[in-house]
Amino acid sequence: MKKTTRRKPSTPARPAASASAPASAAPGRLPTDPEVSLKLAREFGLSAHEYGRIEAILGRLPTYTELGIFSVMWSEHCSYKTSKPHLRGFPTKGRRVLQGPGENAGVLDIGGGWATAFKIESHNHPSAIEPYQGAATGVGGILRDVFTMGARPIANLNSLRFGPLSDPHVRRLVKGVVAGIGGYGNCVGIPTVGGEVVFDPVYRDNCLVNAFALGVLPHKRLITGKASGLGNPVMYIGSTTGRDGIHGATFASVDLDAEAGERRSAVQVGDPFMEKLLLEATLELIESGHLVGIQDMGAAGMTSSSVEMAFRGGAGIDVDVDKVPRRESGMVPYEVMLSESQERMLLVAKRGREKKVEAILNKWGLHASVVGRVTDSGRHRVYERGVLVSDLPIAALADDHHPDFPLVRRPMKRPAYLAKAASLKDSEVPLPGDLGGVLLALLASPSIADKGWVFGQYDHQVRTNTLLKPGSDAAVIRVKENGKGLAMAVDGNGRYCWLGPREGGRLAVAEACRNVAVSGATPIGLSDCLNFGNPEDPAIMWQFAEVVKGMAEAARALGVPVISGNVSLYNQGPLGAIDPTPIVAAVGLLEPVAGRLRPVPQWFQGLGDRVYLAGTTRPELGASEYLQVVHGLKRGLPPRLDLAAEARLQKFCVLAASKQLLRSAHDLSDGGLAVAAAESCISGLRHGAEPVGATLELRARGRADALLFGESASRVLFSAAPGKAAALEALARAQGVPLAELGTTGGRSLRLSCPGGGIDQDLQPLQDAWLNAFKGLDEI
Amino acid sequence: MRFAVLEFPGSNCDHDCVHTLGTVLRQKVDLVWHENAALPSRTDCVVVPGGFSYGDYLRCGAVARFSPVMKAVFAHARRGGLVWGICNGFQILAESHLVPGALLRNKDLRFLCRDVYLRVERGDSAFTHAVKPGRVLRLPIAHGEGNYFCEPDTLKRLLDGRQVAFRYCDVDGHLTPESNPNGSLESIAGVLNEAGNVLGMMPHPERASEAELGGTDGLALFESALHALTTR
Repeated sequence: MKKTTRRKPSTPARPAASASAPASAAPGRLPTDPEVSLKLAREFGLSAHEYGRIEAILGRLPTYTELGIFSVMWSEHCSYKTSKPHLRGFPTKGRRVLQGPGENAGVLDIGGGWATAFKIESHNHPSAIEPYQGAATGVGGILRDVFTMGARPIANLNSLRFGPLSDPHVRRLVKGVVAGIGGYGNCVGIPTVGGEVVFDPVYRDNCLVNAFALGVLPHKRLITGKASGLGNPVMYIGSTTGRDGIHGATFASVDLDAEAGERRSAVQVGDPFMEKLLLEATLELIESGHLVGIQDMGAAGMTSSSVEMAFRGGAGIDVDVDKVPRRESGMVPYEVMLSESQERMLLVAKRGREKKVEAILNKWGLHASVVGRVTDSGRHRVYERGVLVSDLPIAALADDHHPDFPLVRRPMKRPAYLAKAASLKDSEVPLPGDLGGVLLALLASPSIADKGWVFGQYDHQVRTNTLLKPGSDAAVIRVKENGKGLAMAVDGNGRYCWLGPREGGRLAVAEACRNVAVSGATPIGLSDCLNFGNPEDPAIMWQFAEVVKGMAEAARALGVPVISGNVSLYNQGPLGAIDPTPIVAAVGLLEPVAGRLRPVPQWFQGLGDRVYLAGTTRPELGASEYLQVVHGLKRGLPPRLDLAAEARLQKFCVLAASKQLLRSAHDLSDGGLAVAAAESCISGLRHGAEPVGATLELRARGRADALLFGESASRVLFSAAPGKAAALEALARAQGVPLAELGTTGGRSLRLSCPGGGIDQDLQPLQDAWLNAFKGLDEI
Repeated sequence: MRFAVLEFPGSNCDHDCVHTLGTVLRQKVDLVWHENAALPSRTDCVVVPGGFSYGDYLRCGAVARFSPVMKAVFAHARRGGLVWGICNGFQILAESHLVPGALLRNKDLRFLCRDVYLRVERGDSAFTHAVKPGRVLRLPIAHGEGNYFCEPDTLKRLLDGRQVAFRYCDVDGHLTPESNPNGSLESIAGVLNEAGNVLGMMPHPERASEAELGGTDGLALFESALHALTTR
């Protein structure tokens, strides 16, 4: 989700602005350039059709540098050529939206003249090859996306998917990824306040590392990644350019095959200290008013940043590639333009302010180099020591509405596996005799178990804003600048989407928003990271289209705009594709109540509180964590979602919190009511709260395992002080939310009964199961 | 009272200390850039904050000790002024030999961010005299290299001179292997210099000074320092 505005390309009439450049000469072949051919184009990831199109656009053979630029700009990773038509269904507008998709990050108004900028992005393939650096540079990239909007990053989240934790290869990945996320975020000083980690065999060879960052900015500091103003200098700041990461964008646009390890050179190495300097210097620069636009050099480095900035500004750009600071000698223009060395930014300053820009950078030990000029040619030109080596029309590279842009309509087909997998008869699932044992098994399953081992490696308190730390449904931070709170959560159930992509997409959005709402915050915006397999497979393409439709339906129904996001395709290894995994990041606004921010935690807070279940429990077993963990079944349809009921429930959560009626609120998800109840009892342990037992009874129709462990959507477990019970019940009636009293908190055990069965477990074994899933990971 | 919070490239708890001292405790605070050769006049207490000074790619704090501002800090300490190093600040003070010992990598080789319990070992230092000795405080830690170490003769001097300010402990104040998060020698979490005017500690009191952040035990230390300064 990048460029969404339609712009007319201007004609390449004007000679290059570069003083040393010969006017209007066709770009020439450098002595070092290999011969350009279809074979080379294929190696660069271009199809024969696309190669033919390039020749047609240029009316000649491309140069080596030009071919490189086309190949990365037209890669799936940079162009969104497959996904773009589908993403147009997302709602992107709303009264708070100051910047929607198409920029480095989306921006929402949060009151008092302040705004929040956020985005989620994938770094899957690099992390699968080189987990520490892959994950670290993923964090670095998303932070730059946020601070290039003029926002100071104040929180990170991440969503991770791995194969089974019992697999030594997976353990190595988990340790590397977690250490990399921590190593980078901790050093830059941005708290990682939460996230989620899920384990499933489908992610064994292609783990998912989706990094989310959120920042705040005063409205007046909002800046975008655009190049405009004829003759304005294009400046380069940050680390020097090396050969690392060349063709990283192309690498992200193919399957991970057995030889993927050999592509380690396509993974970049992070320097968080440089990032910290860039962050401070960039914010000071933006504040100074010397800049026109600024952009991170992410995927496809100099190429994509210069092309996209010129496109957004409706301008052209001339790059003197020999002016780019390098860390290696002998680099040719192709290498410099495609390098993905980290911690670099491209900015366009106002003409005549170059020295002032330099002075601010010097304070932080940084330098700027003027590497080009803004033109009005509509062309992207690259010069090496005055010799034109690339001259391309920007529209063909960046304008997805232009006829030359290579959008792809891929064939789609409902996958054959669904007929069997999505159907499930109750009789195929034997009812377990020991339901308490089932609960222990679920709590010990790594996807559900306590993630203290993970979150403990992330500094989640730096900046002294963290009100609700990792380990509740949402993380909540305060915004010191305007006195409000921001709640955030990331969610996305791949199994749901594999078994019912449309419903799965709807559920992903609903659950992310619900997780924010249970903390008391009103969901105000979404960012999404769409992780799928190879879109050239019609079945995968169908999954993609269905999931995106479902997400759009839910976002519309809940009235929450999608303001930024990222698409990651080709997530598959030798054994096949990952489950379709849309990760939805939801951000909510928490208003102060009686002069204080009072986010609602997920854990019980005291003895004698009333416990309520909101929502409707149906006998739904399909696609549940219970089926997978206990019965080894990945079958059945995901739970049905009633979007109107979901909207009412979320509103009820926010209202109940604002009236201070709640002691705790916990979303029901993986493992259903039993797991939510157990977590409400024991998850306060990680937050300095004593475990609290409960005696609960659910009255509903269905088999005991479905009632206890089924995952019917749109349900929340609340606790409330006895004095607030009447008010809470009245509010639920008024809001049309079904609310059933289940029992009270207290004691040292969890007693949970329903027709046909029950659980009676002391808290200690529940804690032992839940706390120890990651134990021993340090020894291997 | 006037506090100076140092800012090195890579400091990241600098603004947290300024917030706690300035906004929560309403004291005068200056943020002092590392290239300044002098502290603001009438500085009473220098706070060396947490973070990753200069990226800490060498040893933590090894580069920061050579910063121009550190000369002024050394002079301030020699004059008896208060110097308070927190987390990376402790590492910098140890590298500078303003406090004895060194901080090694945590015993599990992992970065650790969580709340710990601390036993106050000294109730008569400038940073602790508002706290009864033996009282248990709950404060957050967030570090990869907080494993305190020193030579046996240094340790003897530390113990003889009552220079250990805090030890990691359990909720009841007992020293146990489980309650020592990073493997520190003798569970040492904070040490004073011989004169008692310089403190280095790994936990973050500035992160536990507001109820909405989950705890206020850090305030006792700030209040001690304030009291020490007003009664001098």
